[in-house]
Amino acid sequence: MTDVRTRWRDFRHGVSQRWDRLPKASRIGIVLVFVVFLYALPNKGFYEYLGLPLGEYIPLYTTRNDMATVLFQCGYYILLGLGLNIVVGYAGLLDLGFFGFFAVGAYTVATLTSPQSKIFTEYNWLESPWPWLAALPLAIALSFAAGVILGFPVLRLRGDYLAIVTLGFAEMIRIVAQQNDWIFNGDRGIPNIGRPPGNNADGSPIFQFDAKPYYWLILTVIIGMVFLIRNLVRSRVGRAWIAIREDEDAAELMGVPTYKFKIWAFAMGAGIGGFSGALWAGQIGFVNASTFKLEQSILVLAAVLLGGAGNIFGAILGGFLVIYVPEWLRSVGDVFGLPEQVRIAGEPYDISATNLRYLFFGIILIVVMIFRPQGLWPNRRRAAELKDREKEAMVGA
Amino acid sequence: MQFNDLINGFPVLTVTGLTQGAIYALVALGYTLVYGVLRLINFAHSDVFMIGTFGAIWTWSAFGFDANSPRPSLGEALGLIALAIVVAALLCGFFAMLVEVTAYRPLRARNAPPLAFLITAIGASFVLSEGMGAFTNRRQFGVPAMLPTDPVVNLGGWSLTPLQISTLVVAVVAMVALDWFVRRTRFGRGIRAVAQDSNTAALMGVNKNRVILLVFLIGGLMAGVAAVMSDMKAASTRFNVGFLIGLKAFAAAVLGGIGNLRGAALGGILLGLVENYGSAVFGTNFRDFIGFLVLILLLMFRPTGLLGESLGRARA
Repeated sequence: MTDVRTRWRDFRHGVSQRWDRLPKASRIGIVLVFVVFLYALPNKGFYEYLGLPLGEYIPLYTTRNDMATVLFQCGYYILLGLGLNIVVGYAGLLDLGFFGFFAVGAYTVATLTSPQSKIFTEYNWLESPWPWLAALPLAIALSFAAGVILGFPVLRLRGDYLAIVTLGFAEMIRIVAQQNDWIFNGDRGIPNIGRPPGNNADGSPIFQFDAKPYYWLILTVIIGMVFLIRNLVRSRVGRAWIAIREDEDAAELMGVPTYKFKIWAFAMGAGIGGFSGALWAGQIGFVNASTFKLEQSILVLAAVLLGGAGNIFGAILGGFLVIYVPEWLRSVGDVFGLPEQVRIAGEPYDISATNLRYLFFGIILIVVMIFRPQGLWPNRRRAAELKDREKEAMVGA
Repeated sequence: MQFNDLINGFPVLTVTGLTQGAIYALVALGYTLVYGVLRLINFAHSDVFMIGTFGAIWTWSAFGFDANSPRPSLGEALGLIALAIVVAALLCGFFAMLVEVTAYRPLRARNAPPLAFLITAIGASFVLSEGMGAFTNRRQFGVPAMLPTDPVVNLGGWSLTPLQISTLVVAVVAMVALDWFVRRTRFGRGIRAVAQDSNTAALMGVNKNRVILLVFLIGGLMAGVAAVMSDMKAASTRFNVGFLIGLKAFAAAVLGGIGNLRGAALGGILLGLVENYGSAVFGTNFRDFIGFLVLILLLMFRPTGLLGESLGRARA
C-alpha cells in the first residue's frame, strides 16, 4: 500500500517536473492537441474509427444518455465550478447556495426569450420575445447584480454563518420561482426558450435538439473563461483574494480592502454562474422551479472541493467527474450485463447501477477525501501547506 | 396578507408552531453539539434522522401495526411510542457514530482542511439516504395511527391534541436531560473541555476521540426521539424526508447561536413559531421563505445568533 503510494507520488512528481522543463512551445502544442481532442470527444464516429473493442459499449462511453448531452451537462457544471472556485477556492468564502445564481441566469433568459412567458402573454411589458443572444448579457448582468446585492449584507458574516445564509438565499429564489401565479410559473415552468443564433450552410439552425453544437459552444466558453480567470487571479485582485483566504485579519491590516474584494469575488462567481444558467436554459429549452433544488448547489460545491479548491483545473476536473461518474455508473450495468433486480423474501429490489449510482458516488466522495483531503488536483501552494499540516498531525500523534 | 387569519388562529398557530419547533430543536441539538466540538456542519445528520423515522415504523410493524391497522388503546399506544423512541434513538445513535468513525475520524487523523470534512459529510449523506432509498425501493411508508386525534384540553381558543402534548413533553424531557448531562456529569465536562480547546483537553487526560464519539451518539439519540414525533405528526415517511427537516434544524441551530445547546432549543422553537405565524399571514407557500428571511435578518444584527456561541471559543 505504502509502496504503491510512494511510487505514485514519485511518478506524479516526475510528470510535473518534466512538464515544467518542457519548452513553452511544446507545452502550448500539447495543450492544443488536448483541446482538439476535447472538441472531437462527442463524435461517436471518433470512437468507432479508433476500432476500440466492446462493440457499441466502449467502457467510458455513456449508454443511457447521448455522450454529447452528458458532456454538455459536464460543461455547465464545469462552468459553475469555475465560478464557485473563485468564491470558495480563491477568496475562501463558503457559499452553499451557488445554484441560486444559476437560477437567476436561467430565469432571465427564459422569461425574456420564450413567447409563452408571462411577460408577453399576461403583463405585456414587452412587445415580442428577445433573441437568446440579447438576453445573455442581461442574464449575466442580473446574476452579477444579485451577487452584489446579496454580498453587501452577508459578507460581513464569516465561515459557517455565511454558508447557511447563502443556502437560505438559494432556497428563497426557488420558493419565489415556485409560485404558480407569478411570472416564473412555478412547476409548470416556461417552455420554448430561445436558442443560440446561427445557421448551417443549408439554412437550418445550428442549435437544435442535437447536443453537440451546445457542447462545442460551452467548451469554447470554458476555454475563454479559463484564460480570463487565470489572468484575474494573477492580478492584484487575485492576490487580494488569496490573502483574504489565508488570513482575513492580516490582509485587512496590510491594507487590502477585504470587504470590497469579497464582494468582487462573490459577484464574479455569481456572474459566471448566471452565464452557465443562461447557456443551460438555451439548450434545455424549458425551465421550472423543481430544477433548482438545493442538492444542486451542494453538488457544485462537491465538484470544486473534490477537484481541488483554488485550482482552475481542479475545478474543471471536479465538475466533470461529478456529472460524468454517476452518468457512467448508469451505463456500467449495460456494459457488464449486471442484473437489474433481486428478490429478497419475495420483495423485488432494484439493484441496477442507475438506482444505486448516488450511493456509489457518495462512497467515492468519502474515499477520495480520505486519501486526498486537498482534492484530486490541488493548487500547488495549498498542497504544500497541507503537507505541513499532515506533518504536524504526525508529530502531534 | 391576511392578518385576520393570524389573529383568529393565533392559539392554534402557536400550538402547532411549538410542536414543530420542538422537533426542529431536537434535531438542531445534534448539529450544534457536533459543531461545538468539531467546528463542522454534519450534513449527514439529517439522514441519520431519516433512518430514525424508519426505525419507528419498523418497530411498530414488528408488533403488527401498519398504516391501516386500528388505533390501539391509549396505554398500548404510549408503550409502543416509548418503545419506538428507544429503538429509533439507538438506531440513530449507532448510525451517527458510524458516520463519525468512517467519514470524519480518518480525516482528523490526517489533519485535513475543514472543507474536506464538508465533502465527506455530503458523501455520507448520499450514502445514507440513497442506501435507504434502495433498501426501501423509494416507497412512501404510512405511519400507523397511535394517539387519539381529538383535543383533550380545550380552553377558549386553545386546544391541545394528545400528539402535541406528548411531543412537547418528550422534547422538554429530552432537552432537560441533555442540559443536565452536559452541565453536571463527568462526560459532559469532557465535552465542554474538548469544545473549548481540544488539544489542551487531550493534555489534561480527556480521551478526545471518545468524547467526539459520545457527542455523535447524543446527537443521534436526540434525532431518534425527534424522528418518532415527526413520524406521528407527518403520518408518512420516505428516504428523502430528512433533507428539509435537516435544513430547518440547521437554520434553527444557527438562529440560536451554533454550538450553543440552549440556543439550539430556543432557535428551533422560534423557527417553528415564526414559520407558522408567517404562513398564516403570507400563505403556506411562503412558509420556508419566511423561516430563512428571519434567519438572514437576524444574522445581520446578531452575527453569532441569538444566544451567541458558548460551547466553544470565540470565532477567530
